[in-house]
This record gives sequence, C-alpha cells and structure tokens, in this order.
Amino acid sequence: MTGTDQSEALRERVADAAEQGEALSITGSGSKHFYGNPVQGSALDIRAHRGIISYEPTELVLTARAGTPIVEIEEALTAEGQRLAFEPPQFNGGGTLGGVVAAGLAGPRRPYGGAVRDMVLGLRLINGRGELMRFGGEVMKNVAGYDVARLNTGALGTLGVITEVSLKVLPAPAARVTLEVEADPTQCHDLSEQWLRNGRPLSGMIHDGERLYARFEGTTSAVDDAVAAIDGKALEPAAADAFWQSIRDQRHAFFAGDEEPLWRISLPPASDPTVYGERFLIDWSGQQLWLRGHPEPHNLRARAAAEGGSATLFRGRIDGVDAFPPLDAVQARLHRNIKKAFDPHGILNPGRLYPDAEVS
Amino acid sequence: MPAHALFRDEDLRFDVDVDPLIDALRQVLPEEGLIVHEAGLRAYECDGLAPYKQLPRLVVVPETIEQVQTVLRLCHEAGVPVVTRGSGTSLSGGSLPHPQGVLLAMGKFNRIREIDHHRRIARVEPGVRNLAITEAAAPYGLYYAPDPSSQIACSIGGNVGENAGGVHCLKYGLTVHNVLAVKVITMEGELTTIGSESLDSPGLDLLALMHGSEGMLGVIVEVTVKLLPNPLTKQVLMASFADVESGGHAVAGLIARGIIPGGLEMMDGAAIQAAEDFVQAGYDTDAAAILICELDGSEAEVADQLKAVDECLRDHGATRIQVAADDEEKARFWAGRKAAFPAVGRISPDYYCMDGTIPRKQLAYVLRRISEISAAEALETVNVFHAGDGNLHPLILFDGNQPGQLEAAERVGSAILQLCVEVGGTVTGEHGVGVEKINEMCVQFAGAEIEQFHGIKAAFDEKGLLNPGKAIPTLNRCAEFGRLHVHNGELPHPELERL
Ligand SMILES: Cc1cc2nc3c(=O)[nH]c(=O)nc-3n(C[C@H](O)[C@H](O)[C@H](O)COP(=O)(O)OP(=O)(O)OC[C@H]3O[C@@H](n4cnc5c(N)ncnc54)[C@H](O)[C@@H]3O)c2cc1C
Ligand SMILES: Cc1cc2nc3c(=O)[nH]c(=O)nc-3n(C[C@H](O)[C@H](O)[C@H](O)COP(=O)(O)OP(=O)(O)OC[C@H]3O[C@@H](n4cnc5c(N)ncnc54)[C@H](O)[C@@H]3O)c2cc1C
Repeated sequence: MTGTDQSEALRERVADAAEQGEALSITGSGSKHFYGNPVQGSALDIRAHRGIISYEPTELVLTARAGTPIVEIEEALTAEGQRLAFEPPQFNGGGTLGGVVAAGLAGPRRPYGGAVRDMVLGLRLINGRGELMRFGGEVMKNVAGYDVARLNTGALGTLGVITEVSLKVLPAPAARVTLEVEADPTQCHDLSEQWLRNGRPLSGMIHDGERLYARFEGTTSAVDDAVAAIDGKALEPAAADAFWQSIRDQRHAFFAGDEEPLWRISLPPASDPTVYGERFLIDWSGQQLWLRGHPEPHNLRARAAAEGGSATLFRGRIDGVDAFPPLDAVQARLHRNIKKAFDPHGILNPGRLYPDAEVS
Repeated sequence: MPAHALFRDEDLRFDVDVDPLIDALRQVLPEEGLIVHEAGLRAYECDGLAPYKQLPRLVVVPETIEQVQTVLRLCHEAGVPVVTRGSGTSLSGGSLPHPQGVLLAMGKFNRIREIDHHRRIARVEPGVRNLAITEAAAPYGLYYAPDPSSQIACSIGGNVGENAGGVHCLKYGLTVHNVLAVKVITMEGELTTIGSESLDSPGLDLLALMHGSEGMLGVIVEVTVKLLPNPLTKQVLMASFADVESGGHAVAGLIARGIIPGGLEMMDGAAIQAAEDFVQAGYDTDAAAILICELDGSEAEVADQLKAVDECLRDHGATRIQVAADDEEKARFWAGRKAAFPAVGRISPDYYCMDGTIPRKQLAYVLRRISEISAAEALETVNVFHAGDGNLHPLILFDGNQPGQLEAAERVGSAILQLCVEVGGTVTGEHGVGVEKINEMCVQFAGAEIEQFHGIKAAFDEKGLLNPGKAIPTLNRCAEFGRLHVHNGELPHPELERL
C-alpha cells in the first residue's frame, strides 16, 4: 500500500549493536518518554519504517509497519466504518503503532471493548540477537507456539523491536451518545453494572469528582433506548467527542502539568476509588484511577496491592521510586530469564520496565 | 497407532530410576493419590486423540496445592518429566503421558471457590469443568463465555492450557480474553499468582503467555475468570446456500455491514446430512452449506440486527432463511452443530478432526483443495467451520481397521495443515499442537522462531521436564521432517496472495 520497508536496516542495526554490546533506546515518536523508567542508549528511531501493508475490512484485520502514525491507521479504518476497539491515546498525531503496542495502554473504551493485547493477532519482531521473526499471524484464532505477540504487548520494547503488527479491528457502531449523570464517585461500579445488565451499550465511564459521564455506543435503537431509560443530560455530539478525546489523550485539565506526579492505579471492580487521595479522576467504571498530588509511594502501592490492584507512577519521576510496582521473587526471576531469552546482551531498552539490577 | 513414533530420542532422555521418587511421594500423597500398576495407568493412556496411546510410569492425583508443590519439587530434583492432565479431552495429544514420567491428574481440584456475582468474577480450581462455571453462575443471571463443544467434560485448567475457543468467541473472545488470573506452580515447586482481579497487572504479560502453553510452563492450580451478564434476548437463524462460496461471501457481507454476531457457524452438505440424521434439527438437507447465526443483546439491538442480517443473507443468495420461533427451536438449530462430531462418528468408523485457521476469503479455495487432497487418498472429508473467525474443522473419515487408512488420514491431515499455512493461516486455531501437529510447526515457523520458543520454555523450566516432546519441535525433528528450509516467504505457491 504505502510507506517503506526498513526492516532489514533495523535488523542490521540491532545485530551490530548486539555485537558491540551497545544499548539501544527504541523510539517511535518519543511521545511517551515520560512513561516507564529512563533508558540510556543510542536512539533507534523506527518512524521511517512505516505504512499500512494490508487492510481488508471484511477480514477485520489490519497489518502495518510499526512506525506508522496511529492517526494514519485510524483514518484508514474510519473510511471503512471501522475502528480500533481499544481507543489508543494519540498525541498531536505523533504516536506510532509500535509505540502503542509496546506501551500497551488503552483509552476509555478498554473495559467494554478490550485491551491492546486483546486485539494483537501477530507481529514481527527483531530480538536482541538481531533476528527478525514473525509470531502469531493475521487470523483470529491461533495457538501455534507460545503467544509471543501478546507477550511483547506492553513490554515497552524490552524484548524486541516490533517492526510490524496485525490487529483485529471492529466495526464502528451506528450511533453514540454521552450522558452527564448526577452521581457520587462511589457509585461507578453499581451504575455501570445496572446499565450493562440491562443491555445498555456502555462504552465509557468517567467521574471527574463532580459529575459522571457515561458514553453509549451501539445500534441506533439501543442508544435511543439508553437515553430514554437513563436520567441524565445528553452532551452535544461535538462536545462529547472532544471530552472523550481529552481523556484519551490526557489533554483534560486534570492532566495538566508534567512536574507534579501522576499516578495510575489499576483497581478490581467495586473498589472504593475515593480513598486514595483528594484529586482524582475515575475512568473505566472505577477500575482505573488517576491520582495527582504527593501520596507516600510505598503506602499507596501497599494499599492498592492489598485490594488486588497496582499503582504505577505514570508521570513525574520521584527519586528512589520505580515507575512500576515490584514483582514477587518468582516472577522477577521469570522476567529476568525471559529478558535473557530475547535479549541476551541486554541491549534493548535496558531498565525501561524494571531497573537493570532486576532484569539483565 | 500413528505411523510415526510419538516421542523422539531426545524426548526420551529421562531414564531415571523412579523407585526412590515413588517412596518419597508415598509420604506426601493419600493412598489413592498414587497409581503405579498397569491396570490403573491404563485409564490415563490417551486423551481425546485416541489413536495415540502411551502409559506413564506413574500417575499422581494430588488434592492440595501443597501436594502439587511437593510433587513438582521432588520430580525436579529427581529429573523426572511431568505431564499435567485436566479432563484429557485434548484433541492434539497435549495430555498424552510421557513414558518416563509422572502423569499429574488434576481431577481432584474440582471445587468452585467463589462466585462473586456483584463483581462478576469466579474463582475456581483448575479441574472444574467449563460448563460447571456457567451452571454455578446461572442463578445470578451470569455465565462464563468461552464454550467449547466439549464443555460438559473439559476443565478450565485445560482450557487455559489450550486457549480453548467456542462458538461464541467471535464476539466474546477466547479463553485468554476471559481469564483474569491464574495461580501457577513452577517446576521448582514455587507458587505465584499471574494476573489479578484488575484489568492489568505490572510487568510482562505472563498471563497471555500461559494461555495455549500446553502444560509446558507451569501447573495451574487456580483460575479466576470474568463472568458476563446473560444477554437479555437472543435470536437464531439458519440460512441455506447452493454452494459454500456464497455462504463465505455472506459472512464477509455481514461483517462489512458492521454486524458481529454472537455465533456464526457453517456446515457443508455432508455435515448437514450427518447432523440431520443424528438429531433431526430440521436442517435443509438440500443445501450445499448452511450458516447458523446467533444474534444477542437488548431487544432493540437484536431487532435492528435481525433485519440487517436477513437482508444481507438474501442479497448474498441465501436459498432459504429460517428464524427460530421459540427457545426450543433455537436449541434445535444449535443441537445439530454441537453434535456434529458425534454425528460424523455415526457415519464413519473413525474420524480425524483437524483445526486450521485461514483468512476467510480463502474459504472456497481451501475447501476445494481439501476435497482434492482427500480424494487423492481415497478418503472423504466433512467440514464444520467457525465461519466468523476462519477456524476450520475438517473431519477426515477413515476406518482404523482397514490397513493403511489411519496413515492415509494422517497424510491428509498434514497436507490440510500445510495448506492452511500456505494461504496465510495457522496449523491450529484452538486445539493446540501437542504431539499431533508438532511436525507441521516446522512449516509455520523458521528456525530462529523455534529457538525463541525453546528460550521461553527454558525461562520457566530449565531442565525441560514439563510435557517434553510436545508443542515445540526440536530443530532435529524439523530437519528430519525436511521442512525447515520452507518458511515465511518461501512457501510453495508463491503466486498466492498472502496477508
Ligand atoms: C506529553 C505527552 C503526554 C502523553 N500522555 C499520555 C498518557 O498520559 N497516556 C497515554 O497513554 N498516552 C499518552 N500520550 C500518547 C502517546 O503518544 C501514545 O500512546 C503513543 O502512541 C505512543 O507512541 P510513540 O510512538 O510516541 O511511543 P514512544 O514514546 O516512542 O515509545 C513508547 C515505548 O514503546 C517503545 N517502542 C516504541 N516503538 C517501539 C517498537 N517499534 N518496538 C518496540 N518498542 C517500541 C519505546 O521504547 C518506549 O518504551 C502522551 C504523549 C505525550 C507526548
Ligand atoms: C468432542 C470434543 C469437542 C471439542 N470441542 C472443542 C471446541 O469447541 N473448542 C476447543 O477449543 N476445543 C475443543 N475440544 C478440545 C478440548 O476439549 C480442549 O482443548 C480443552 O481445553 C481441553 O481441556 P481438558 O481439561 O480436557 O485438558 P487436557 O486434555 O487434560 O489438557 C490439555 C492441555 O492442557 C494442559 N493442562 C491441563 N490442565 C492443566 C493445568 N491445571 N495446568 C497446566 N496445564 C494444564 C495439559 O498438559 C495439556 O497440554 C474438543 C474436544 C472434544 C473431545
């Protein structure tokens, strides 16, 4: 279709680095350098390796090179009335497909539409030995070999340079509406359950501390029925779209300011999201909590863990605090072993996911 | 028995005196938890791939997590292989015993620990049957979505082991999309919880890696799954087509209109006839193919979709469309499809079920090639097909009592799997590689990829004691199979477009 294939050049670059023992820092558009632990290494820019390779709407599959801007992919899908179910964050159109998959972060639709990993069908990958390999494929069901494609989703480039990804895509629904609802932040789970169990096509739920915003997407009559049944005020369509984009891309006022720490807390259903701090934004029907301010990191993590959740320091580095919560001893060992199996010389994004002491 | 040896020399490197191990195991297991006599071992000699039979050295039936930990620790120390078995319904030999090892039967782990209806989460032991979860959730109006046809028998631990699918997975996902966490014991005997009740967990996605890992990475001792609310309403319709190709186009047409049905299954003429003779489901035996389509959701949604589906099927040349009038008829429409395997069992002394997945647009070509391949071996093939997601189940009919027929069926199966790879698909959609498709893995993957798989295996199980000889071929095996040189981009028929 369009774009250029740089995979052989990228492979040679990694193979050379492996020989020299030179650390590489993989960058897409670099939009997320704030996320994860900092990496020292020569930049490996993959943006030139771009272009949609194939897209067949009736197969529900799109394959593109990792450097393809995510907006280019969304445009191609929109033209066919389809979309990415996981609503990936976009920042001024800069984010790349590889960055989205490597970061594994999804937007507001995630609990109802699926995670990034749920839609990754296959990928091509250069491991730390400079070998270009293909895992998974372009079909919906595939259990041949271990699921290396999903293993690399969210691995932040620590196991390989992703060069190509095949994604499952889905039809965009015919209708959508966003309702502003009077509700307490502790009601997110119960309201969400009530609506889902009544067949309402819920596809987003935010509580900003003041008000609850619920998005419904589905067939025209299902959306109309939701509006008729639920006590709330419908937002203007343009304002509604702008609202969800501001959440997805973190341009909402809550996220302003890069210096102050931003915590992301992943919570089991029906947790009380209001106990973690004063300034919060609740997403995912209460299962993703964004927190500003200066909570004591160890207490915060312990509290989240006790509930069956976890707290990530998403932005704003704090001395002596890793971006990600620690793993138990068994899984720390498995992580080290897996890292070695993919990247024996420790050259790919060293320390990005876990500090060198733990993984290498 | 199959034509080729089940295990290769390199899979049989565990020649250990197991008597000391048996003595040590007696100390920790209940009397009936240790089986060493041939009569007792026989019950475990095969899984759902019945022509492949192998006695283990011993069978261990633990009852507690601590016992599993001790068994694994002792086997690790002694260097004895361990094959974990759930219900033994694998169709690929995944739970086929190892001749030098322990068969670890998880059947006593059959308790549902918790149904948390408020949070829509179930926590169960790995030996719990798939359907038992839905039955336990039913009083709360909830269910567990993945529904393999074997759901009355297969265990949730085995479902994770194979990443099982069902007729509803186009819309609701495979096992990997519905499991939140697993408690796993490593080969060293250590316990860890992978995943959580939250939507994501720190670190690498080991939870995804456990799915479809065929008991090669650890032993699962608890599974936490998410439950879904029962759809408010369902509608089932059945459409007849004069040829398979139009049926395939109709499926593409539905998806082009933005409809993802809850279930979308296709059967070819031979399968329709066999099912109709068996369960009298009211199938159109004049049709060359039928599509069974289930729509679910709110009343409003289903009404909208039913109209669109009906229109689309007519546009694509459906010769007859029947909409189920009531629940009884819905069940009847499904009954034929769900009983397709046993129905075929009635028309042929034996059948061999394959499991490739292909890009849907290749359907007509692939079905034509399948009938040519079968004809060349003088065998017949019946096709049922998860039409929505391209997962084929060709059933190769043969008579194991006729000399050479099993071998012929195996050759047909292997050729079908290679055909699936050739058109851009995979050798297994949901049944797993096991011992059955291990040679064909050499066709789908290049040497570096296979080595990477072995690297992952070693990261979990350095000594290679968990389920040796399964799922991932050694490079020696591939060299012998003679296919290692054939990998991506160098496949036969380069003129074929691949996605
Ligand atoms: C200031 C700012 C704030 C943002 N805030 C958020 C936010 O809070 N939350 C959010 O979800 N998104 C946020 N985004 C959106 C972000 O742009 C997207 O998620 C984006 O698509 C990431 O892609 P990228 O190409 O920019 O990734 P990068 O930032 O370049 O890379 C992300 C990670 O993936 C690795 N990586 C990149 N490409 C590959 C590859 N091909 N193979 C292997 N590893 C690779 C990188 O090494 C890095 O570890 C923000 C962007 C900016 C600039
Ligand atoms: C008639 C019939 C219809 C079928 N229909 C379908 C279908 O529609 N969809 C589908 O996907 N499959 C189907 N299957 C295949 C089979 O039922 C599934 O693969 C099922 O998931 C196997 O479950 P099991 O408990 O029988 O596992 P087993 O056969 O006992 O084991 C399967 C694999 O999982 C591993 N394993 C089992 N338990 C554990 C554990 N606790 N920890 C770690 N590893 C473990 C084993 O080592 C083995 O590799 C069908 C089989 C039959 C016989």
